[in-house]
Amino acid sequence: MNLSMKWLSDYVELDVTPRQYADAMSMSGSKVEGYEIEGEEITKVVAGKILSVEPHPDADKLVVCQVEVGAEAPIQIVTGAKNVFPGAVVPVALDGSTLPGGVKIKKGKLRGQVSNGMMCSLSELNLTVHDFPNGIEDGIYLIEDPCQPGDDIHDVLGLNDVAVEFEITSNRPDCLSIIGLARETAATFSKPLKLHTPQVKGAGGDIAEYLSVEVQNPKLCMRYSAKAVKNVKIAPSPRWMRERLRACGVRPINNIVDITNYVMLEYGQPMHAFDLKYVEGGKITVRNAREGEHITTLDDVDRALSPEMLVIADAKKPVAVAGVMGGEFSGIMEDTQTVIFESACFGGASVRRTARKLGLRTESSGRYEKGLDPNNTYGALLRACELVELLGAGEVVDGLIDVNNASAERRQIPLEPAWINRFLGISLTEEEMAHILRRLDFQVEDGVVTVPTFRSDIEHKADVAEEVARLYGYNNIPTTQLSGAVQAILTSEQKYQRLIHRSLLALGLSEICTYSFISPSYYDRIALPAGSPLRDSLRIKNPLGEDTSVMRTTGVPSMLETLARNYNNRNEQAWLYEIAKSYHKQGEEELPLEAEKIVIGLYGSCDFYTLKGIVETLFRQLNLAEYDVEPCQDNPTYHPGRCAVLSFPEGVFGTLAEVHPQVLKTYGIDCKAYIAELDITAMMAHTLPERQYTPLPKFPATTRDLALVCDEELPILHIEKVIRGAVKQNLEKITLFDIYRGQQVGEGKKSVAYSITMRSPDKTLTDEEADAAVSRILKGLAPLGVTLRS
Amino acid sequence: MKAALEQIKQAALHAAETCADSKGLEELKVKYLGKKGELTAILKQMGKLSAEERPVIGALANQVRSQIEELLKQRGEELGRAAQNARLAAERIDVTVPGSPMPLGHKHPLSIVLDEVKEIFLGMGYDVADGPEVEYDYYNFEALNLPPDHPARDTQDTFYFTDKMLLRTQTSSVQIRVMEKQKPPIRIIAPGRVYRSDAIDATHSPLFHQIEGLVVDKGVTMADLKGTLEILAKRLYGEDCVVRFRPHHFPFTEPSAEMDMQCFNCHGEGCRLCKNEGWIELLGCGMVHPKVLSGCGIDPEEYSGFAFGIGLERLAMRRFGIQDLRLFYENDMRFLSQF
Repeated sequence: MNLSMKWLSDYVELDVTPRQYADAMSMSGSKVEGYEIEGEEITKVVAGKILSVEPHPDADKLVVCQVEVGAEAPIQIVTGAKNVFPGAVVPVALDGSTLPGGVKIKKGKLRGQVSNGMMCSLSELNLTVHDFPNGIEDGIYLIEDPCQPGDDIHDVLGLNDVAVEFEITSNRPDCLSIIGLARETAATFSKPLKLHTPQVKGAGGDIAEYLSVEVQNPKLCMRYSAKAVKNVKIAPSPRWMRERLRACGVRPINNIVDITNYVMLEYGQPMHAFDLKYVEGGKITVRNAREGEHITTLDDVDRALSPEMLVIADAKKPVAVAGVMGGEFSGIMEDTQTVIFESACFGGASVRRTARKLGLRTESSGRYEKGLDPNNTYGALLRACELVELLGAGEVVDGLIDVNNASAERRQIPLEPAWINRFLGISLTEEEMAHILRRLDFQVEDGVVTVPTFRSDIEHKADVAEEVARLYGYNNIPTTQLSGAVQAILTSEQKYQRLIHRSLLALGLSEICTYSFISPSYYDRIALPAGSPLRDSLRIKNPLGEDTSVMRTTGVPSMLETLARNYNNRNEQAWLYEIAKSYHKQGEEELPLEAEKIVIGLYGSCDFYTLKGIVETLFRQLNLAEYDVEPCQDNPTYHPGRCAVLSFPEGVFGTLAEVHPQVLKTYGIDCKAYIAELDITAMMAHTLPERQYTPLPKFPATTRDLALVCDEELPILHIEKVIRGAVKQNLEKITLFDIYRGQQVGEGKKSVAYSITMRSPDKTLTDEEADAAVSRILKGLAPLGVTLRS
Repeated sequence: MKAALEQIKQAALHAAETCADSKGLEELKVKYLGKKGELTAILKQMGKLSAEERPVIGALANQVRSQIEELLKQRGEELGRAAQNARLAAERIDVTVPGSPMPLGHKHPLSIVLDEVKEIFLGMGYDVADGPEVEYDYYNFEALNLPPDHPARDTQDTFYFTDKMLLRTQTSSVQIRVMEKQKPPIRIIAPGRVYRSDAIDATHSPLFHQIEGLVVDKGVTMADLKGTLEILAKRLYGEDCVVRFRPHHFPFTEPSAEMDMQCFNCHGEGCRLCKNEGWIELLGCGMVHPKVLSGCGIDPEEYSGFAFGIGLERLAMRRFGIQDLRLFYENDMRFLSQF
């Protein structure tokens, strides 16, 4: 909402700078986004009277003018404009002047003739022919208003308003008006509010001869007021009206349309002007649309209506969508003779639903949907008629149609000063509170606050408290600290995640943050099989675009995309992780499961075992219980020979893998990359109890090195499991220190070398005991085809 | 014999002084002091001496032995130092060469700032609560005093799955979930992702993070709200940070406010950074609306509370001087490694 300070001055007298005004209003609850001092960029531009126009001696298209600008002597200006003549009064930008857009005017020579400035067109002053209908688009503006040569152009053209831009919150539709803001201004600055009661003389006749109105749905149309104006004379509105509209950001059109806009801005009440000749049957019915009805709205779009929508209809057809937009013939034309002004109050929710369904949000619907005051229609209507008479735009027919279904009851709230003081932490007397409330047009009597009808947002004593607080000044409320003993602690889940973050950061991985929604095509990019349950994503009904249209069921595509971006940006290495949520459908109307997974992605100087080492170190840090590792050959995202799945007895909880080269190709990554995905919830469920101290060993350890030969295909883990089972509680450590493949062990075979450390807590192990353990190991390994290397 | 001892001593001292390495010293030790050494040879002849001479010569011999020993030891240390010095000189490296790179992970800037905020509030006795991102309309809107067709719903363009299920547009939904489960006193913060259908640009993203705060107890006042958030601002931006509270509107708080911080660049005068306002908006807050409390089964006559919501991205951008919010989600190592 833009406010013209000139217009405001009709209602409140103020003596403050725009900056002071903006600050004070913001602090009392009407947030000022900024203000614009009209013509601020224009300096040293004055009215000038052209004394003579002579041809330029050396240029056919230029003329040389002598112009009186209030200086001792006339100045010479060379121009190419065609519409100048002796006697014309024009805006003159003098030497050293500035124009909108930072244009600087300096004196100079045009084809050898001195020019001491420039005569200006409207556009050079950042104005249009809408602001000055007597002007022309492409020529010097000829000033018609009385003025003297040398007068500052700001005064001559009325470029001396300040437009203040307010951000009005949705609970205050009353402040989308000059009067509403004037009321806030008066309350803020403790100045009287000078309200004006419109006076309409009337020209006889009776509106009943022109029109009748029937409201069929009083729930959605709380009030419908109308007056008729005959012998309409369409013309431009006067300059003062155009200036005010312009300052409020509304383009002037003609007197009747301008009046409806002017009243809407002044009273906050949308107005509609119908041309009576298009209201068939002379009767307006406010009713629900009929099944299959259509209307072509003012913007020339044919729109299908549905029965929950409220329309304004004549005897045959809808002529307007109530509160949203008029029909094609309802506009005011050059030949309009009789006009019906509609000033109505429609239900906010209904207008909102209708506007949304039609995809048509207008100034009018935006106001109605916030809930307007039914008591405002009448005053606004009279104001429009008063302006018609003032502008000589027509003759106001006597009589008024006013179908009023609004409740006359005023909302009343007990004033509870003790509660308000306690709630806010202040100490005002009841009288001080009452004084504040009365400044805002609340009535306070016998401990009861009566809410004005334009304040539908005030329902509860907390709302009353806010009114008191904001005018008392939020910054006058003291600042105190909460009292009472408290204790807070992170949950075990939060501590677990904190440990994950700390461990991975310490291992050299950087944390990333990616979007939770992705494109369904990303599942193709990671080669997810067609029937995979992971493709069953929750789909957003109204996404921004395909790329952010489904909730991810895995964090892997986001990680690959991040790796790819880093790769494309020529970063040599990226070791990344994210604790990523994925979203898994449950029931139709049931919230999805939001699972948290660790996703790790690496490229650069690393290999599969780097990834595995990171994961194993993390597990050690997390004190994870024993888990199983199996090769996995059928996950198409990953290298069939370089993918491991990790599982607990209940099932798989993680995957570690080199990414399949085909998948890397779709991401444009030209090197190897590694991904791990680990389910945090499953891991937490398999965390060992808190560590207990084990006494340091008192007896020496015994070590045996074993070089074994086995089939290439045999997973190392299987050998380790046998070793663990064979040595049992005396096993301290198994270290794999070599894997060898080559001629010496034969084709299809590998040699693996272990160092096995055994130790007993209560004695020194004998050689015999150690050797016995080795024999048990070898015996256990024999069925796997593992033999001692000779 | 005296003369012989003296001669051995002089010869040994001379030899030690001129000896150039530890190996030579070792040989001298054997030569003079060893079992077959010169001194021992002399001492073997002690028997030939008279009873009067014997103790005199014995004492002299011992003196000579210890002098030689002492000298050899000194010389040994000297040589050792020299050898060490020579080695150290040879081992000199250019200490201005950069160190070997060690892998170091970088916390995401949003996490850095979030952890800081969490720490501040944990210290003030606030638990950290959590709630679902895919939420029912009820928790995101209705229970927060935003019934269907409420005009304020338009200011938060919402992603929907069904008529009843959506992506939460505010972490305020967690307020309701906490109040339904927990009776006062309540002190929580609830950080998390929120979603609004804003196209991506330098200052907008369809996904961003908020930190919600909620306090409910007997006798909580708006003055407490101001005091608490003032502490937050000072902890985040320093003791000289100046804040102000400006009336605003949120359907679920009444009175509602926005907290502004005085522009650190112009100190309230108005400059380009603060769009000439002199102040920079930090967060939204207010007293929990009595309707919201009673909707959660908490008696607003007995209890009162305050709530606030902070935009994490904005906090982090201001903190690190980041101009473009998209950088947070691009995760370029060149960006991440700066933190």
